[in-house]
Amino acid sequence: MFFKKTKSTIRDIDEFLNTIDQGILVFKEGVKYYLENDDDNFSKNLEKLYKLEAKADTIVLKIRNEFFEHSLIPQYSADVVSLLDHLDDIIDTAKENLFQYDVEVPDIPKKLNSEFSKLTDVSCAAAEAVIPAVRSFFNNPSSIKDNEHRVYFYEKETDVLASDLKRKIFKDTKHLKLSQKIHLRYFTLHIEQISDRAEDAARILSALAIKTKD
Amino acid sequence: MTFFFLSSGLFLGWSLGANDAANVFGSAVGTRMVSFKRAAIIASIFVVLGAVIQGAGATHTLGKLGMVSAIGGAFTVALSAALTVYWMTKYKVPVSTSQAIVGAIIGWNFYNGLPTDVTVLSKIISTWIMGPILGAVFAIILYYIQHVYFKIVGIHLLKQDAYIRFALLLVGAFGSFSLGANNIANVMGVFVSSAPEHYLNFGLFKLSGVQQLFLLGGIAIAIGIFTYSKRVMDTVGGGLMQLSSKSAIITVLSHSLVLFIFSSTGLSNFVQSLGLPPIPLVPVSSSQVIVGSILGLGLLKGGYNINYKLLGGISLGWIATPVIAGVLSFFALFFVNNVFLIPVSSENGNNTIKNKIFNRNSHKIKNNTKLLDSASIDSIKKDSVNSFKESTRIESVNDFNDKKEYFKKLIIKSGNKDKNISKYFNLAILIGIIAIIVFLISRWLNSIYRRNKLILSKNAQILEAQKALAEIETKYHLLENKQIEDKLNYKNKELTTMALNLIEKNNFLELLKSKIEEIKLETNDSAIIKKLNNLYLLISQNQNLENDRQAFQMHVDELNKDFFYKLNSIYPNLSKNEKRLCVYLRLKMSSKEIAALTNISPKSVEMSRYRLRKKMNLGHDEQLDKVLQNL
Repeated sequence: MFFKKTKSTIRDIDEFLNTIDQGILVFKEGVKYYLENDDDNFSKNLEKLYKLEAKADTIVLKIRNEFFEHSLIPQYSADVVSLLDHLDDIIDTAKENLFQYDVEVPDIPKKLNSEFSKLTDVSCAAAEAVIPAVRSFFNNPSSIKDNEHRVYFYEKETDVLASDLKRKIFKDTKHLKLSQKIHLRYFTLHIEQISDRAEDAARILSALAIKTKD
Repeated sequence: MTFFFLSSGLFLGWSLGANDAANVFGSAVGTRMVSFKRAAIIASIFVVLGAVIQGAGATHTLGKLGMVSAIGGAFTVALSAALTVYWMTKYKVPVSTSQAIVGAIIGWNFYNGLPTDVTVLSKIISTWIMGPILGAVFAIILYYIQHVYFKIVGIHLLKQDAYIRFALLLVGAFGSFSLGANNIANVMGVFVSSAPEHYLNFGLFKLSGVQQLFLLGGIAIAIGIFTYSKRVMDTVGGGLMQLSSKSAIITVLSHSLVLFIFSSTGLSNFVQSLGLPPIPLVPVSSSQVIVGSILGLGLLKGGYNINYKLLGGISLGWIATPVIAGVLSFFALFFVNNVFLIPVSSENGNNTIKNKIFNRNSHKIKNNTKLLDSASIDSIKKDSVNSFKESTRIESVNDFNDKKEYFKKLIIKSGNKDKNISKYFNLAILIGIIAIIVFLISRWLNSIYRRNKLILSKNAQILEAQKALAEIETKYHLLENKQIEDKLNYKNKELTTMALNLIEKNNFLELLKSKIEEIKLETNDSAIIKKLNNLYLLISQNQNLENDRQAFQMHVDELNKDFFYKLNSIYPNLSKNEKRLCVYLRLKMSSKEIAALTNISPKSVEMSRYRLRKKMNLGHDEQLDKVLQNL
């Protein structure tokens, strides 16, 4: 009676976390394909990310219903659901970003490719670090700290890299028009958003870790 | 009639169910780990089982303190305890049924002039102190066991939740059993001497008279659980200390263990068989034990979360409850015995006022008879001394008869006088009761008036707060709207930048093409001209902005959904291109920029603008871009 529903919810949470994790990887690959002008693979990744995002939305809705319908961990359910929603925001942002690459086709100078690639990697690393932290919250709350500090670290790194890149765009690329520079700046901001979403999730996780501590 | 007398005990049972079930299932229901319905069903079943199976031990000890030997006395004692519990609960003073009943029994002892067994009393009081201490000790031990267990096993949070839910039910069932076993003595203990002697045969099992009594008490507790305990359970979570579901298990389990220890005859016998002193089987306060358990956990965590003010109130309740119940019991017994003439004990069963009057009258009759006898002797002596004549003797005999008649009248008169005194006494008591009732009603009405006044003032405060909240909400919405507007502006700027980028790109390519044309005119080398032609072609191919345009228009469509919706509802006959033109105009783009974006000449844009104005039926004084901005 108690355990049947619990097992299915645990499975759903695991599947949701896997989906987010895969979504981040797909986004990272997608950006690389874009920078390498590999349109076919880029389109495939975009399509894949669309599907993963839709799947994540479906699962998170199911989990939310299960939590409130069966009043699972009633004292923390609101926080846990909010945490999952923030994780869902990560994949939403990733999808939105990749879609913008497809629609706006930013003209990224070749010499900035490595910076964009690195920025994407670090920003995604923050998001990737939040997934094991969430897993550890469910399995062993005392070990959250081992993982969550990585999220804050990568988020700060992303900020530093994004600032450097923006400086480079506006100072070192004199052949670009101002409009083009502004366009590129928007893309650095978009990439930064992924680590920001990861940081938001990590903050909720920190609060939950304190709340669940006996 | 017996059922009427039992009603006070049943009322006490109802109070106990209403209050003490929250000690067992309060945290579980308050934290929504267990539904109230499920908790109430389990608690009711196990309370009844505990009462019937194991209720005798603690009842025996209570009987030693004061064996209330008449059902009238038992009724009064239970009623006093119940009223104490009810009033104290009503005024939100923490109260214990065990303390109330012990206080009421001592009141009974005082009223009947019977000595209170100090050994038994000290045993009971010592368990009142030991109960919470033991609860705290158990809670600390159980906390460490649970903490180590969860640390070693490392269960998923949701599985942990499921286990805790199941454990709360199990522990709750055990707690309810212990509550029934230990506290049934409070409810039905005083009625034991009036229990029926015959057995009730259910086929599979038989219930003795006392067990039948306990079954009835258990049912009263169960009714209390179902009818009133929900509101107590809903509020218990935020009482002395905020409890997590894990802590809830610990407190309920330690509480159940303490109650079980102080009610289990088997355990007591086992301890005795080990050569240790027997465990006193005493009704302990369920509330006090749970408070002790919570306190133990609180102290273990540094004591920061403990509500010391509430703790002070609880301690005050511990002292006040037996005293109030005792005094109330004493006066209630006096009234029941003297006003309603109901015997309150078998020893003083004849000492009712009726019997007192009867005795007093008999005594007077005896005295008067003696007086009569002595009077007759005196008169005979007088007559013998002065016996001169037979007639005189006859006269004196007549005189004696008169005197005898006179004394007989005197006796009757004296009896009537006593009856009158009794009447006046009863009248005075009746007036007293009426006065007390009037006083209580006036107090009650006064309290209702005060409460209503308080509610009105609170309502006014709530209204004020709601007004303030509404203002804040309005401000918040305004701020939110501004944020959305800013976001939209930001997006529009982004869009404009993208458009400008496209235009710039186009212009640049046009410039390149014109430069190529110039170079072609300046040279005659056919090879260079061929290469320049190829380059011109390449640029022209690249200049095809169709893809960029499509992407841009898709973006425009996506971002301006609301605007398109409004446009559609006001001007439904606009074509898709005209709608897009509206968006460009709204973005404050010039005709030249629009022309570059849409790959048409600026003149065509002007024409489109003209047609758009006509379709929108705009007057000469109305500016198209302003109309679109305000849309």
